[in-house]
Amino acid sequence: MRPFAYLSAPDVATAVRAVADDPGAKFLGGGTNLVDLMRTGIERPDTVVDITSLPLAEVEERPDGGVRIGALVRNGRLAAHPLIRARYPVLSQAVLAGASAQLRNMATVGGNLLQRTRCPYFYDRTAACNKREPGSGCDAIGGFNRSHAVLGVSGSCIAAHPSDMCVALAALDAVVEVESVRGVRRVPLASFHRPPGDTPHVETDLSPDELVTAVELPPSPIAANSRYRKVRDRASYAFALVSVAAALEVRDGAVTGVALALGGVATTPWRAREAERALLGAPATEESFRRAAEAELAPATGLPGNTFKIELARRAVTATLRRLLTEGSPA
Amino acid sequence: MPEVTVTVDGVAYEEEVEPRLLLVHLLRDRLGRTGTPIGCDTGNCGSCTVLLDGRSAKSCSVLAVQADGSDVVTVEGLASGGDLHPMQRAFHEEHALQCGYCTPGMIMAAIDLLRDDPDPSEEAVRRGLEGNLCRCTGYCTIVRAVRRGARAMSGGRDAGPGGEAGGEAAGGPAGGEAAGEPAGEGVAAP
Repeated sequence: MRPFAYLSAPDVATAVRAVADDPGAKFLGGGTNLVDLMRTGIERPDTVVDITSLPLAEVEERPDGGVRIGALVRNGRLAAHPLIRARYPVLSQAVLAGASAQLRNMATVGGNLLQRTRCPYFYDRTAACNKREPGSGCDAIGGFNRSHAVLGVSGSCIAAHPSDMCVALAALDAVVEVESVRGVRRVPLASFHRPPGDTPHVETDLSPDELVTAVELPPSPIAANSRYRKVRDRASYAFALVSVAAALEVRDGAVTGVALALGGVATTPWRAREAERALLGAPATEESFRRAAEAELAPATGLPGNTFKIELARRAVTATLRRLLTEGSPA
Repeated sequence: MPEVTVTVDGVAYEEEVEPRLLLVHLLRDRLGRTGTPIGCDTGNCGSCTVLLDGRSAKSCSVLAVQADGSDVVTVEGLASGGDLHPMQRAFHEEHALQCGYCTPGMIMAAIDLLRDDPDPSEEAVRRGLEGNLCRCTGYCTIVRAVRRGARAMSGGRDAGPGGEAGGEAAGGPAGGEAAGEPAGEGVAAP
């Protein structure tokens, strides 16, 4: 690993000042992604500002019935938290579907929001990758692209967003709180991650010196009935080929509330607005679920390696909604 | 260079480290705790798993500076005065290893798993150890060992780890009724 300077920040002001003053500095949370990327030389910070001593590790109930999750809450603790399990089971389930116990023990909520893609060409420094080296091209487009995205892609990049947690957050209308020397602002999750376009190396709405301090979940009348379905090549320790986060409310046989997001198939955590539109007011039937899935996947564009994901995603959406209808949230 | 204060298997250390030094290298190369192996060296295989403040972590993906102020328990901190920890003993008795390379990480991950689920089902063990790879056993004996270790640990016999610091982290739910489920002959340490 390349040598770097290390600073453990005692408070938020010191942390954001340190990174604002040094363009080569990066925040360090649990390090489960950043340390790996530094080891392979893909990330090369001059200074690492460790933020894990900051007081941002609480899960708090808000007066409006929502929940505020500190950016340093570890993923394992988030998944186990009673408030999350009761009010947003899809989030707990999504987090547990990702990584392994050891990584969830270390990984933070803020870090999970910022984790980099698992596109193998991004990690292969001999390959062309516009995300790692802007302008160098994309070896995934004509290469091995079984794991890549079919929604939100561009001619520059087809890397899938890797997070499970973010898919649930997308369905839950989460808002990300960020802080810098310029103050605090709130960014809806829907606009937090950026589609690749011509600048796939720009992955989020954040400036390099902005620190994620919290994620806020608004109260939701439907999220208590929610679940996460992850389809992957093997049943454990693998990234999603397709994943679905869904919340559903049905009254008198009709869909009266729905929130839906997809993972594994898109370049960003993908809120399925088209499917939601198709479902609202429709009868809660297999046929409606399938039609909604088709509407969402209509703009999908596959390559030889990943076209299978389009039909797989339709089936996963349909199956998730069917399961929610018949069984509700997981125990 | 930053100075790191860590307790490893009950012994306090103060070490000057380069920020890029990995925790596993601190343990192995500086402190001589070679019981923790390096497997894949990429955060995947889990063989380097240790307990960091009581929770499992992959020490090849953690910087030593990140462990500053922490309590680290390695596989070497489990046995007490020559008596194996119940989980070690269960791995031995179920023959849950062949080459043994994954074993320290498996044992540490299993002990962490039992903190949340003291009596895990076979399915829960398989899911809980998804971050640990074994190329020899096919996992069946490992799953049996973890469940046997769990029974022994919840049987109420004091078979906790040696290091004072490791007590809470590695000992699992101590105390309780001595009866519990029969743990099998000779499973619990005396």
